[in-house]
Amino acid sequence: MKILVAIKQVPDTATQVKVGADPRLIDTAGITWIVSPYDEFAVEEALRIKEKRGQGEVVAVSLGPERVKEALRSCLAMGCDRALHLNDAAWNGADTLATARALAAVIKQEQPQLVLCGRQAIDDDMGAVTAQLAELLGWPCASWIMEEAVDAEGKTVRAARQVEGGLEVFDLPLPAVLAAQKGLNEPRYPTLKGIMGAKKKEIRDVKAADLGLGAEPAQLSVVGLEALPPRPPGRVIQGDVPTAVKELVRALREDAKAI
Amino acid sequence: MANAFWCIVEDDRQGAPKKVMAEVLGAASRLGGGPVEAVWLTDKASDAGLKQLGEWGAGKVWLLENAGLAPYRSEVWAGALADLAAQQSPRAIFGAVTSRQRELVARLAARLGVGLAADCVALAMNGDTLVATRPVYAGKLLARVTWARGPWVATLRPNVFRPAEAQPGKTAVVERPAVSLPPAVMKFVERREEVSTGLPELTEAEIVISGGRGMKGPENYVILEDMGRVIGAAVGASRAAVDAGWRPHRFQIGQTGRTISPKLYLGFGVSGAIQHLAGMRTSKIIVAVNKDAEAPIFKIADYGIVADLFEVVPELTKEFKKLLEK
Repeated sequence: MKILVAIKQVPDTATQVKVGADPRLIDTAGITWIVSPYDEFAVEEALRIKEKRGQGEVVAVSLGPERVKEALRSCLAMGCDRALHLNDAAWNGADTLATARALAAVIKQEQPQLVLCGRQAIDDDMGAVTAQLAELLGWPCASWIMEEAVDAEGKTVRAARQVEGGLEVFDLPLPAVLAAQKGLNEPRYPTLKGIMGAKKKEIRDVKAADLGLGAEPAQLSVVGLEALPPRPPGRVIQGDVPTAVKELVRALREDAKAI
Repeated sequence: MANAFWCIVEDDRQGAPKKVMAEVLGAASRLGGGPVEAVWLTDKASDAGLKQLGEWGAGKVWLLENAGLAPYRSEVWAGALADLAAQQSPRAIFGAVTSRQRELVARLAARLGVGLAADCVALAMNGDTLVATRPVYAGKLLARVTWARGPWVATLRPNVFRPAEAQPGKTAVVERPAVSLPPAVMKFVERREEVSTGLPELTEAEIVISGGRGMKGPENYVILEDMGRVIGAAVGASRAAVDAGWRPHRFQIGQTGRTISPKLYLGFGVSGAIQHLAGMRTSKIIVAVNKDAEAPIFKIADYGIVADLFEVVPELTKEFKKLLEK
């Protein structure tokens, strides 16, 4: 069974993100880039499916500039078999729909039985690509999955998606798209052998023309980024615990009207 | 007639619109860009629900009531909605950030070939176009975004937009359009309910209590739950506490968990790592209790107490109880 995992490279969660010289973009100086954490759950799950079935192929795909190769290399070190890098200036400023269209085109060429994504990339936090891919491909999708099981024949996947107040379980005929939520699994760390082996695995550049696509204007564009307005200075309440607590409750009630 | 602003109804699956709909309808009305209409996909509407939507400001309710719409499946809902949108050409389509709508609306935007702005916290008309503000990098920055063309598709974050005030007696025209449902591809197996804590859901709660590494262990969360029951708060946790296995992932607040904007956030033993602050810094009032006076959370807290949480929590619960019994 062939599984494709779509990943995104994002700034590390500990990064203090700042607006760049072009106010529509962030300042990338000094940023440590990582595979978006939810995408690691997707990679891990794909590898587990392959290992359980004892055969198959896991292909990592990502869209972005040259630096994205590092993220793809991390996926290869975890155990993906090969990687595709959608690397073309035509995709600069791609919104979720343009990204989904590029990924859908590569999926049509690769014809995997299952596509896994993370619940959302933790940079633009749009969380749209999974459902948009499903729509463009005409496939079913399940978002925020906490469990999955592919049947022995590789015909359907049973997925439990997180909803308010519980889990909803569905059978999806394959091919299908799933989005991983935290809790699906615990991603492995690459072993030294994995890291060494990744250097020999293929990362193939894919251009828009290879997919029969051209540059397309983004349907949604960023007008500007801004820092959050600073919060008003707070106040540390002094005194012993009973006194401080009484004053806190009074302030919450009378000043903040929050309770 | 100007094209309408559609608000997709989020309901409780029992025929009643959720309170977030007052927020979505209120936000759409205040834009003043066109008539505000609700679109309700359900297997079971109710007269009370239709009345409620009218009172919250929907001039019209497009009611798609069909047994095939339950349970929610994106391939069925998106197809039906796209059909209706093709007939009616709305100017905007708004949803709420909920488990089903965030997926539905993304799928719908792809079907219509238009842009999607998810998880918006502000909307404004700029001449003839809509500009949305949405947090990015889990709220470390705000992005203002706009669409190349309509319909403008967006989801709105709960607890952020001022709810419409109900206008008793105002009614919506109910239309039952002929829309054929695409066949369901996904087969429903079961729904597993969470063991209820009896406390509100994290993203919907007006008050959220959060416990971090300072809680020392899973057994101690009971004191936060006791406080939660007194003040009607949800109880969440920091990533450190979740990664330690003290709380299930669904309770995590922060960049790799839930993003919340309650009226009141109370953090106990939470240090305030960047990725946690990102998930809660839009809370209206922030209270922090931590033994470490240098904890970063004090930099964004409105009120702080530097003390042992195990002394503060029982005392605070007692004071809250006294206050609310008055």
